[in-house]
Amino acid sequence: MPEPLLQIRAVDAFYGDFQALFDVSLGVEAGQVIAVIGANGAGKSTLLRCIAGLMHPARGEIVFENTAVTHIPAFEILKRGIALVPEGRRLFPSLTVEENLLIGGQSRRPGPWTLARVYELFPVLAERRNLPAPALSGGQQQMAAIGRALMGNPRLLLCDEISLGLAPIVVRDIYARLPQVTAEGLSLIIVEQDIVQALRAASHVYCLQEGRVALQGPTRDLTREKISAAYFGV
Amino acid sequence: MQWLNVILQGVLIGGLYAMFAAGLSLIFGVMRLVNIAHGDLIVLAAYVSLMATQAFGVDPLTSLLLVVPVMALIGYALQRGLLNYTLGDDLLPPLLVTFGLSIIIQNGLLEAFTADSRKLQAGAIEVQTFQLAQNLWIGALPLIQFIVAVAVIAALQLLFYRTALGRALRATSDDQAVAQLMGLDTRHVFAVAMALSLAVIAVAGVFLAVRANFDPAIGPARLIFAFEAVIIGGLGSMWGTLAGGIILGVSQAIGAQIDPGWQLLAGHIVFLAILAVRPQGLFPKVSG
Amino acid sequence: MTVEHATRSSRVGIAIIAIAAVILTLAPYWGDRQTLRLLAEMFTFVALASLWNLLAGYAGLVSVGQQAFVGLGGYVLFALAILFDVNPILAILIAGPIGALIAVPVAILIFRLRGAYFAIGTWVVAEVFRLLASQISVLGGGSGISLPASVVLTMAPSRQMREFEMYWLALLLTVAILAAIFALLRSRHGLALTAIRDNELAAQSNGIGVWNIKFAVYVLTAFGTSMVGAFIFLQKLRISPDTAFSVNDWTAFVIFITVIGGIGRIEGPIIGTIIFFALRQTFAGLGSFYLLMMGAVAIIAMLWAPKGLWGLIVERLGWQVLPLQRHLVLGKDTRGKS
Repeated sequence: MPEPLLQIRAVDAFYGDFQALFDVSLGVEAGQVIAVIGANGAGKSTLLRCIAGLMHPARGEIVFENTAVTHIPAFEILKRGIALVPEGRRLFPSLTVEENLLIGGQSRRPGPWTLARVYELFPVLAERRNLPAPALSGGQQQMAAIGRALMGNPRLLLCDEISLGLAPIVVRDIYARLPQVTAEGLSLIIVEQDIVQALRAASHVYCLQEGRVALQGPTRDLTREKISAAYFGV
Repeated sequence: MQWLNVILQGVLIGGLYAMFAAGLSLIFGVMRLVNIAHGDLIVLAAYVSLMATQAFGVDPLTSLLLVVPVMALIGYALQRGLLNYTLGDDLLPPLLVTFGLSIIIQNGLLEAFTADSRKLQAGAIEVQTFQLAQNLWIGALPLIQFIVAVAVIAALQLLFYRTALGRALRATSDDQAVAQLMGLDTRHVFAVAMALSLAVIAVAGVFLAVRANFDPAIGPARLIFAFEAVIIGGLGSMWGTLAGGIILGVSQAIGAQIDPGWQLLAGHIVFLAILAVRPQGLFPKVSG
Repeated sequence: MTVEHATRSSRVGIAIIAIAAVILTLAPYWGDRQTLRLLAEMFTFVALASLWNLLAGYAGLVSVGQQAFVGLGGYVLFALAILFDVNPILAILIAGPIGALIAVPVAILIFRLRGAYFAIGTWVVAEVFRLLASQISVLGGGSGISLPASVVLTMAPSRQMREFEMYWLALLLTVAILAAIFALLRSRHGLALTAIRDNELAAQSNGIGVWNIKFAVYVLTAFGTSMVGAFIFLQKLRISPDTAFSVNDWTAFVIFITVIGGIGRIEGPIIGTIIFFALRQTFAGLGSFYLLMMGAVAIIAMLWAPKGLWGLIVERLGWQVLPLQRHLVLGKDTRGKS
């Protein structure tokens, strides 16, 4: 049984006095796609922020490739091989599309993802490569944000609510390309409010409810009723 | 013809003002920090050049080889060791800390060098002039300074928009948190920006030292010129800063021509007028 | 349910202040001329620092150009006394409204700048005032002018009476300014100011007219600063552009006092002034090294004790000397739930 790529054990996280995560544990195998679903405020983004080093858990540990990364600062996390596609895209507005992609690769990690490869995955970005990032539509910006994260050649990609604010057809288009992303063994954690897409893309699901893991398991084993119950906490 | 001469002199010194302003503008663009000690750092550079010329017997322009790296190093250390800790949402700490720094530098220089007025000698080039037309002369040194100022600003533009470092600076100024996710250590990025700013200040300081008398107390006036050039030209635009410097220089030159006591006042009045009529400056960039 | 201001410590504080006020009022009877002058100087700094504190600590307007109004007040006094034969003490009272009047167009101009750029803008204004003052030859131009003996004599017949008069004037002026600031902070507008101090964006979205309040505070501060400036130069008997508009004397020291004592707290400037003068007496002969140290202390304070000495005390002990906090006191009557 191979060691999991990422192991989160009993993590508690706080914003000041407010506890956002309670005893959360989660595991990701190499090459696996995991979905983390839950209502607004359930703690999904908080979990990703902890993994990415933007905040640190008060208790518990996060282990990546057998090394503890619980307290390493955000700017080190990419070097370890974890990249985050932030909630709301957050492209750099002063940079063009291409510059945004290039800065994603500025850590020069070796790997299959290059500018050319990203443009192959998202041809619309190649057409708009010299436009300032804010000139793109929401869906295009999301693609650019994903491309930017891929340029860092991570082993684990964290996607924070990539469907947020996008039309369903655009969301479908983006999700349709995800298999190309995972083809070479890249692992994915998808945080979503759009349950349908998340369940289609992932092999395993974790459902958070008010900071706790309310449900987890292989996607095919979980029924709609179980998920609804866990999601809404009834 | 006399007025043409006056305006020409004003344009040339405007280049120096633009150089004063470029460092200030850079730092504000990258980290929203206004360094109240900016003018005093220009004076510090002048004194470093003084020490270099005295210790190694070189002329001021050669001393740049030493002054620029020394000031850049000081800038890196200053940002990393002190100013990084003042950055944040509150505007008081960076303001008051750099104000305190200004007092420290001024009085440190006073203790070390006394209040005596100094000037660096650049040799024959100081008195060399070219005649452009009848009754129209241009000094070699002011011309060189102007050309260097334009070159420095062009180099900064190039750096910001054509290099990986420039990308990193712009990204960090846009969004610190996400910049970190790209693997950028923002403490280091900010320190590099400050080192860059002080490198520009170094050049400006040496030129100041050669052009005019300097003493520890003239820092605040340089800060004010730099600030006025930035505001007149418009926040966020390097070329706007050049234009601002030139306008300030010309205003002062015209004022001085009317009455020597009116030199500084003329500059301030033009600044206040632009503030009143077009507060965003003449050539602002959208993000500031 | 009522809103109360006082706490136990503030009741103690008020008592201490009352006793101090009596002692200080009687100072001419127990202190020598040296002491009176020192106390008067301390009072002026308490006043200047309190006004700067109101501007920066409460309204969020950091000015490094208040020397503009100190000098303006001084020059107004000299102009009125020398050119128009106005009684110097009356001239102090007139300096206030004149300072406020001039502050109006100044504010309209420099309020177009924000944050640190605003700060430098205030400095530019002070520089403009300084340069204009050196152009006024009837008041000595660049080298300045002394107050003629004839004017000085109109204040009081004997030198000792004059000293006493100046002392009480300083005390009265400072107490009046502190009282005005206290009254403002305690009023409805003061609550708005405290809201702005704590979180400007939130205050604005709650409908508080932030620009108007800041404008009013700037003008009122100019009013007070001009009066203090007029007094300061009446005391000095001589004015020049460089002393009138000195950044070091009227801004650097004031900022130091406020930062060390505690920004945004009314007690801060008082504590800060005491510390500043204690340091000054101790390190008197060191010249620019003293200023250097002062700058270093201010930096250290800003980084490690940003709320100043008083802020530290408040955090640790919850004291307040002057009853400014607002406490909700739930039901002295006990109808319904307790």
